[in-house]
Amino acid sequence: MIQIKDLHKSYHMGSNSLHVLKGINFNVKEGELVSIMGSSGSGKSTLLNILGMLDEADQGQYILDDVPIKNLNEKIAAKYRNEFLGFIFQSFNLINYKSALDNVSMPLYYKGVKRKERTERAMHYLEKVGLAQWSHHLPSELSGGQKQRVAIARALASDPKVLLADEPTGALDTKTSYEVMELIQGINDEGKTILIVTHEDDIAHMTKRIVNLKDGLIIDDSSVEQIRASAHV
Amino acid sequence: MNSMFSRDRWDEILEALNANKFRTLLTAFGVFWGITILVLLLALTNGLKNGVTADFGDFATNSMFMWSQGTSKPYKGLPKGRYFNFKIDDVAALKTAVPNLKYVSPRNQLGGFNGANNVTRGTKTGAFEIYGDYPEYIKQQPMDILQGRFLSYSDINAKRKICVIGTGVLNSLYDKGEPVLGTYIKINGVNFMVVGSFKMSNSQGDEEQDANTIYMPFTTFSQAFNRGDTVGWMALTAQDHVSITTLKPQVFNIMKARHKVDPTDDRAIGHFDLSEQFGRVNGLFSILSFVGYFVGALVLMSGIIGISNIMLIVVKERTKEIGVRRALGASPWAIKSQILQESLMLTILAGMVGISFAAFIIWGMNILLDYYGPVDNFANPSVSMQVIFTALIILIVSGVLAGLIPANSATKMKPVDALRID
Repeated sequence: MIQIKDLHKSYHMGSNSLHVLKGINFNVKEGELVSIMGSSGSGKSTLLNILGMLDEADQGQYILDDVPIKNLNEKIAAKYRNEFLGFIFQSFNLINYKSALDNVSMPLYYKGVKRKERTERAMHYLEKVGLAQWSHHLPSELSGGQKQRVAIARALASDPKVLLADEPTGALDTKTSYEVMELIQGINDEGKTILIVTHEDDIAHMTKRIVNLKDGLIIDDSSVEQIRASAHV
Repeated sequence: MNSMFSRDRWDEILEALNANKFRTLLTAFGVFWGITILVLLLALTNGLKNGVTADFGDFATNSMFMWSQGTSKPYKGLPKGRYFNFKIDDVAALKTAVPNLKYVSPRNQLGGFNGANNVTRGTKTGAFEIYGDYPEYIKQQPMDILQGRFLSYSDINAKRKICVIGTGVLNSLYDKGEPVLGTYIKINGVNFMVVGSFKMSNSQGDEEQDANTIYMPFTTFSQAFNRGDTVGWMALTAQDHVSITTLKPQVFNIMKARHKVDPTDDRAIGHFDLSEQFGRVNGLFSILSFVGYFVGALVLMSGIIGISNIMLIVVKERTKEIGVRRALGASPWAIKSQILQESLMLTILAGMVGISFAAFIIWGMNILLDYYGPVDNFANPSVSMQVIFTALIILIVSGVLAGLIPANSATKMKPVDALRID
């Protein structure tokens, strides 16, 4: 599903140059649930941003679902993000003046789906995350865990190939974190490819594979025995 | 994909504008105020114009009056300071020589400002202005015939002793409700039958003088008051496609030749060019409405800058939201067009309210004017639909202009940076 070869990325701040990714190689197959770990500054967020086409690599190859991601202009990048990717953020990033339902239907809106179908599909995903009865509430009326579940429903709405989650449990307490992970595991069980950036060990062990980053290089990449979050809830 | 006018887009925009109602309102006020002032200025200019041009009455504006004065140069053995009169055959000569003249009306007058009593009917008397005229005169000076008729060519040919009287004459010589048509009045001792009465159309200011007027056939006048074939003065109107001002030299040359006046003697013939005066006044008001547009547009511009400013702040505040939207697949154009449309809608809505408000004030002014009666040099302030459309076009253009910079700045930042902002 994802193939990355010799990926480099540097940031330039004035005369200083910061080499963040120093040649990343890794592949993700369809249906995998991968966690990317590393201390802050290891380059894990940068990697995720490049995978998410929010940022561009300086050098290297990135193939997503057999489509080479190269020299994108913003218009095409937006289209690819909409079709291929679903984002889950640490701070949820829901639009605060829109109801849960409208938040979830937003990717469908940008995809050009008609209003009626959009509402139906958004409602379907809200049901899936167990928030159907909250569909008309604003984000401010929801708890942190509920917000993240709305965000997950939103990420799923356009039926993307890959879900990219940047510290999805970073703003949640342990119990809520496990509930969110249970949901993510369930989605993965249905076959969705998911990448999670985290620095929490327990969260990482709820995935099937842990990729460890240090100073812009992969120092460890191994499959792990998945711990079911449901055991902790 | 997302059409500019889909319901979804409107929902998006209304939501965004509703999210901060008070600020939206304050922003909109700048444009509201600008367009109100623009429309009001134009309406006031128009009112002033209506008031001033009403003083010209309804007299055909492409006209001039012409009369003879003493010569100021000797010519062909004739001394200077010689006085001469236009003659009735000058009229026919002018008409044949200058086909671009629409009407040439010779006129004679009796009585006038502060004149002695010259008209009697039974025991009632009055001092009025008596004119000898041709039937065309009513086309140069529009009048409303209230009873009977105006002069006709058969009156001219038969030299009938008839007259048409103004409402002022009617009121001073007749009792209320008394029949008028067919009765006789005595002008300078000669009896004339009244065949009609009139009032000036849309006259303003000099109504009284206008209405204290009696018209009779030119030929009758000449015979009854011993004018022979002389003409007091002429009222000339040019065809619609030519200006009387351009015909002037030709007319003067013909008259000078016919009356043995030195062609270079400019003082021998006096004239008053209505079209020139009218043009001057019109020019003044063109400048005034230009000033109105200019000042109004400047005020409006500050409103537009306000909108632009607020939209920039809104974009800045929503940087993260815009980043999220782009992560979800919003194309740069989708973001830009939404910002543009927001500013456009804000501008147009505020502008419409402004136009309505200005219309309301104009309506109020007209009611006050109606209530307290006419004011000098000011009448019927109003704006035409054309002005409203122009204002709307200005609004649309300025709405787009106001949104342009904010819309561009909304997509300038990379999505990854936009998402990082808290």
